[in-house]
Amino acid sequence: MLELQHINKFYNPGTVNELCLFKDFNLTVSDGEFVSVVGSNGSGKTSMLNVICGSIDVDAGKILFNGEDLTKQKDFVRTRKIGRVYQDPAKGTCPSMDILENLSIADNKGKPYNLKRGLKKHKIDYYRELLRGLNLGLEDKLYTKVGALSGGQRQTLALLMATMKPIELLILDEHTAALDPKTAETVMELTDKVVKEKQVTTLMVTHNLRYAVEYGNRLLMMHQGRAIMDKKGEEKASMSTEDILSVFNEISIECGN
Amino acid sequence: MTLVLSVLEQGLIYGIMAMGVYITYKILDFPDMTVDGSFPMGAAITAIMISKDMNPLITLPICFGAGILVGICTGIIHVKLGVRDLLSGIIMFTGLYSVNLRIAGRANLPIYNKKTIFENSLMDLLPEAVAPYRKLILILILVLLVKYILDWYLRTRSGYLLRAVGDNETIVTAMGIDKGFVKILGLAIANGMVCLSGCIFAQQQRFFDLSMGTGTVVIGLASVIMGTSLLKNVTFLRATSAVLVGSLLYKACVAVAIRYMDSRDLKLVTAVLFLIILVVGRERKRKVKANA
Repeated sequence: MLELQHINKFYNPGTVNELCLFKDFNLTVSDGEFVSVVGSNGSGKTSMLNVICGSIDVDAGKILFNGEDLTKQKDFVRTRKIGRVYQDPAKGTCPSMDILENLSIADNKGKPYNLKRGLKKHKIDYYRELLRGLNLGLEDKLYTKVGALSGGQRQTLALLMATMKPIELLILDEHTAALDPKTAETVMELTDKVVKEKQVTTLMVTHNLRYAVEYGNRLLMMHQGRAIMDKKGEEKASMSTEDILSVFNEISIECGN
Repeated sequence: MTLVLSVLEQGLIYGIMAMGVYITYKILDFPDMTVDGSFPMGAAITAIMISKDMNPLITLPICFGAGILVGICTGIIHVKLGVRDLLSGIIMFTGLYSVNLRIAGRANLPIYNKKTIFENSLMDLLPEAVAPYRKLILILILVLLVKYILDWYLRTRSGYLLRAVGDNETIVTAMGIDKGFVKILGLAIANGMVCLSGCIFAQQQRFFDLSMGTGTVVIGLASVIMGTSLLKNVTFLRATSAVLVGSLLYKACVAVAIRYMDSRDLKLVTAVLFLIILVVGRERKRKVKANA
């Protein structure tokens, strides 16, 4: 279970540029939940993910994960339990290394990075099978530098790498936003498959309302650092994109847009 | 003939340094100025040890270790204290100037009549005909040894991580590893190699001079850029070999240039040559872009 308790976060505190990101923000995510998070730009979606992963520190409040206090943990300690895919396909892979080397790095997560051989020969077939499951023809490009792949291929590979090892929390930060509609669809279907297979607790930020409605079992709408809508189970299942859009328009009018 | 021989010897010795610069500049994406201090440091330590008649073979591991310590210092200044990459190197080589003076005791220390790694019983086993090439043969063995160890290391798990951190820091954090630690590790290995290179150089030249480190980083960068951009289409060559070739070519260019000029202009030639390499390298890139 993931808990954010009374989170406060200000940018430039004490100056005229003071910006309140979160004030007494609370969120509880149960095990196995797949939460879609929507909201306008600057509403605090990505900041929330950054707070959970430790990319930004909080001014006050607690982050608890399965009872363990993460608040003071360094980002690289937290990521041992967390898989994260970013909006930018370049962030989840190493461009100057080939596909096999990238997979080997991901496959070694949780084990020491010592002087043993980086690429284990007997693992190549296993990697090839994993890639074949993506249906992108990557299994024939094992020795291609990842930088030479398309954005969609890189993002799929990034998703594969993030979920290769057992993780307790999956963070998806607009991971389909930079992809063309068809590739986005493929990546989204794959995401759903992985989440269901691994039963991993997932937080997905998206601007695509249809994905937010179709996938996941909980829907969260963020606005000015607060969750203004939170639907679960049946309630979530009966939601349509129109319902979300109308709430969206309301808050936009409030802001004068 | 002596000119060719000295170009080969020095080109290979500087090649070890260039492979160190390759780690920082190409792999870590960190322009490390520390080498201007760690190269003469290797020479200073070697000169003082040899002048005290110590076993010359011990100088090799000691210099490598000293270089590692220097690299760790640069890494800590950059990673833990948050000083920018270029500035951490400048701080280090400025400080090392005095340290090197302290180690050697004076600004110039010749070791002409002392035993170096080039005078050992194994070398006497070589036939008389190759006598003039003895130094070169030993240097070649040492350089290849360093090269193969580095090649091997870059294919280990730790080596993968080192390559990843310069490529995409986020991925290292995602693997649950402190990216700062990996950077420090890379700087340590790189400076260890640079210091080792200074150690062998001092024994080949048979002296230590305080100013011998000036411009080391330029020579290293020039070798790396020259080697990797000239030979980037030669797929069967590893990057480390390309860097060695770059170092040899660079030394050859300087040797030819200096033949027709005053030796006082050496550093000027070095700088201009580096500029040419940079500009030509950029020109090639632009052409590739225009054709794409």
